[in-house]
Amino acid sequence: MSATVEAPTGAREVTYLEAISDGLREEMRRDESVICIGEDIGAFGGAFKVTDGFIEEFGAERVIDAPLAENAIIGSAVGAAVEGLRPVCEMQFADFISCGFDQLVNVAAKLHYRQGVSVPMVVRLPSGGGFSGGPFHSQNPEAWFLQVPGLKVVAPATAEDAKGLLVSAIRDPNPVCYLEHKGLYRHVKGPVPEGDHAVPIGEARIAREGEEMSVIAYGSSVHLALEAADALGEDIEVLDLRSLAPLDTEAILRSARKTGKVLVAHEATRSCGVGAEVAAIVTEDAFDHLDAPVRRLTTPDVPIPFSPPLEQAVLPQLDDMKEACRELLAY
Amino acid sequence: MKRSDVAVVSEGAHERAGNGLPRPDETSSDHGDPLSRDDRANLLRFMVMMRAAEERALTLYRQGKVPGSFYDGCGQEAISVGAAYTLAPEDRMCILHRDLGAHFVRGVTPDRYLANYMGRQGGVTAGKEGNMHFGDRQLGCVGMVSMLPDMALVAAGMALAFKSRGEPRVAMTFFGEGSTANGQWHEAMNLAAVHSLPVVYVLENNQFAYSTPNNLEFALDPVAHAGAYGFPGVTVDGNDVESVFEAARVAVDRARAGDGPTLIECQTMRMHGHGAHDDMSYVPPEMFEEWAARDPIERYRERLVSTRGFSADEVEELIEEVRNYVEECAAKALDSPMPDPELARDGVYADEWEALGDGSAPWSRWAAGEKGNANGASERRAA
Repeated sequence: MSATVEAPTGAREVTYLEAISDGLREEMRRDESVICIGEDIGAFGGAFKVTDGFIEEFGAERVIDAPLAENAIIGSAVGAAVEGLRPVCEMQFADFISCGFDQLVNVAAKLHYRQGVSVPMVVRLPSGGGFSGGPFHSQNPEAWFLQVPGLKVVAPATAEDAKGLLVSAIRDPNPVCYLEHKGLYRHVKGPVPEGDHAVPIGEARIAREGEEMSVIAYGSSVHLALEAADALGEDIEVLDLRSLAPLDTEAILRSARKTGKVLVAHEATRSCGVGAEVAAIVTEDAFDHLDAPVRRLTTPDVPIPFSPPLEQAVLPQLDDMKEACRELLAY
Repeated sequence: MKRSDVAVVSEGAHERAGNGLPRPDETSSDHGDPLSRDDRANLLRFMVMMRAAEERALTLYRQGKVPGSFYDGCGQEAISVGAAYTLAPEDRMCILHRDLGAHFVRGVTPDRYLANYMGRQGGVTAGKEGNMHFGDRQLGCVGMVSMLPDMALVAAGMALAFKSRGEPRVAMTFFGEGSTANGQWHEAMNLAAVHSLPVVYVLENNQFAYSTPNNLEFALDPVAHAGAYGFPGVTVDGNDVESVFEAARVAVDRARAGDGPTLIECQTMRMHGHGAHDDMSYVPPEMFEEWAARDPIERYRERLVSTRGFSADEVEELIEEVRNYVEECAAKALDSPMPDPELARDGVYADEWEALGDGSAPWSRWAAGEKGNANGASERRAA
């Protein structure tokens, strides 16, 4: 019996990493057109072990160890997707999408608009810093993709969404960039529905209800916001965007109109990031409801440095989040 | 077939590559004549159609009816026609900007090509895309992007899907010799070799990448890379449609049999500028003269009469028919309206995945009993 008709059979406490792995494995069991392609994902199970055991279960035809060539991974996935496979590409680190960028933004993203050719593929992007990965293993490249019509972009913060958004990304008929924050892999754990579990792309989630101000965040910053709200004991709303393209504009405006104070938080660098877009949406369409300027908490516009004190100085920390909330609450 | 008809222009390529693989005329000798009389008429027909349609499009461009720029493949007609002619319906192509003939072989009609150039609703992309950046997905084609040679990887991916499902299908794409300097070309050659993918790469060495001559593009004949990557590379006279056909036939059969990729280098000359804006001042005049004497259409027309039993009148009539047809198509294209501006925002995202359709496959082989193999692929896909 196909898993698609199974109702969720309950929830199991798993890590964010396990949830990604489970979602991928279940989709591969459900649909034999789903394949994985990436560097070291076969016998080695992937740099972060997301595909551990996959080659044993699904074979080398469906778990393809690619040569070290990111354009080859993305480009061949485009062709395979056009011909009916559902490739899930793994970038070993999100940073390396720069080497496959051409195929993603020029070929995959535009084929449907230009020629009506649907390209159902997922690019998994282990992103984020905080572990001395340095400038090439720590980036949050989501804003690069947001200037590319035709791509969908998701960034789960919880284990439940990690599975549910991956499942939706695989089933989507478009190229989807799936940002998985490496800092959440083993540090975030939560109940995840077993069996078929899909979270719709394009819907934000209220992670914490509140009245006094809104923190609009995604990925690792959601957890920072929740911790700060608890630590401050204030009535702060935390909106987890989950999907960056398309953005849930309605949810953003609803929260902004309700609280009148908006802090946008993300680990990606500041200029022209998601925060800038959210701030623009809020000021364009919720201006009359605002009691304070929209503020941003982000990494400043610098490459991510290697040494721990330098890295901590640029990545948003809990104290930075608390301070940003306090400032806005006091406004 | 005379030895000179299947000219291996640079026979040394294999020796340099050291792959010890047979030359195309040796691999094909165990077959009878694969081309019927109708096939030969078709090869001429499609080449003439390409040239006539491009000449018509150039006129439209000069009349100001073509927005943007204009690109053609004058002098290279034998390559796209000869190569595409080998394909079965369920095979797939990524067709590039000097390869209009391949679109026609696969079933695109000249009116849709001309309308596309003019940005009309009736163009293949209904105005979304211009010049040669189109592909008719209903005819098994994924059209090119400007970045070269991106489609070499897309074709590899299509071949990967065929291989993973055990389908005897083939992907074919084209690129110029300029593309061989780009890293993605090497990524594609390597991936195709490592996974022994059923893909045929047709390299059109038209002597110039825009204005840059071969000697500034590479230090090694690009076909030699094939041997280095681990699969056959052959060089053929790209201005001889039957030579191109024969090399492609061998390569397509090889890919379909599960024996992996082939690189076919077609030696040719781009007789027009990179685009209509390019005066080609960088080309020595004697080079034009030399290649004009080897015009693929004139040569084939003469050969049909001298050695293939066609009468001069019959060939004349065929050419006239095609030219009249292209003229009718031009009228139809000019009647097509401009697209509704309201449609500019449509289609960024797909609502569902849709399979590509199959292309036309006019080669008599597919109508004469050998289609079992090809049908088998479709049945397996449907199952």
